[in-house]
Amino acid sequence: MIEWFTMASWSPYLAGAGIGVLIWTVFVLSDHPLGCSTGFLKTAGMVEAGLSGGKAKEMSYYRKFVPGIDWYWLLIIGIVIGAFLSSYLSGIFAVVAVPSFFAAVVGPDAVFRFAVALVGGILVGLGARWAGGCTSGHGISGTLQLSFASWVAAACFFISGILVAGLLFGFRFL
Amino acid sequence: MTLETIRKNGIVQAALGLLTGIAFGFLLQKAGVTDYDVIIGQLLLTDFTVVKVMLAAVLVGMIGVFALKSAGIARLHCRSGSIGSTVVGGLIFGAGFALLGYCPGTAAGAVGTGALDALAGVVGIAIGAGIFARLYPVLNSTIMHRGAFPADTVPELLGVRPVYVATCVAVMILTLFWLFQVWGI
Repeated sequence: MIEWFTMASWSPYLAGAGIGVLIWTVFVLSDHPLGCSTGFLKTAGMVEAGLSGGKAKEMSYYRKFVPGIDWYWLLIIGIVIGAFLSSYLSGIFAVVAVPSFFAAVVGPDAVFRFAVALVGGILVGLGARWAGGCTSGHGISGTLQLSFASWVAAACFFISGILVAGLLFGFRFL
Repeated sequence: MTLETIRKNGIVQAALGLLTGIAFGFLLQKAGVTDYDVIIGQLLLTDFTVVKVMLAAVLVGMIGVFALKSAGIARLHCRSGSIGSTVVGGLIFGAGFALLGYCPGTAAGAVGTGALDALAGVVGIAIGAGIFARLYPVLNSTIMHRGAFPADTVPELLGVRPVYVATCVAVMILTLFWLFQVWGI
């Protein structure tokens, strides 16, 4: 049993099925889908509220998604902890600045990689809130409810992602 | 405690959010999808781990959630969408996804595994979400409701019962898994 926790990886089918079961518990115990981008929005809202002396909470979007430490915010903290535990227990935790593929194809410059990640992150955060969810909220939780918007969103995530990745790194599957 | 008191209790929900996150982060890492190379491999169509994880989660999640709904202990939460929000936002997200090499959940997971570039990514995601909050009043009154989708769910759109659509989706996912085995990907 214990070796399951120390294995470097599981079958993606098995881990995916585990995520499916986890989503059952969220629907029953919390009565909402599992989505990650809301937690990032709450962080932005708390920083804005801190800087503006609370005025940011009057913004219409923060009235819909009230900034604060709640389920969505703690979900993100939990993900960091869970992934740390998993990688640490399997002995593969490692502080890495530039992922190996990026280093090999683009170059090992950490500052450049951080800049690309920051810009990419801004587009991810903006796009996720614009579309009403991310890969977990739309891509998994929404599609499994057969939400039409979620199927369209998931298709758009991958169409655009495949196109831009191909333009950046070459269409390697061709 | 009844289900309603669990759902309404802020402290219990905060604890559940943290526990759900720990389990989710653990599973994402074990699935391999907290790794930049794996996600970029999916977008370059050279590694199908991300799709396998997502579709396995959809298959198992769908069967359970619809069963729980039939039993009256879960509700669906489908929102409406439009070209102006879902498609435009989705395309922006995809471009960021390719640049960052992580999505919001896997970026947080990657931070846990020691990926420093994911730390830059999560800061970016929060900034991007904050930019959206600022732009929301303008976007909401201009583009976001353009081309509203005719229905909230696929069964409504097709005019068939959810159980038939769910069965079709399950068969399609299992067929795809079988093809992955056949093709050796």
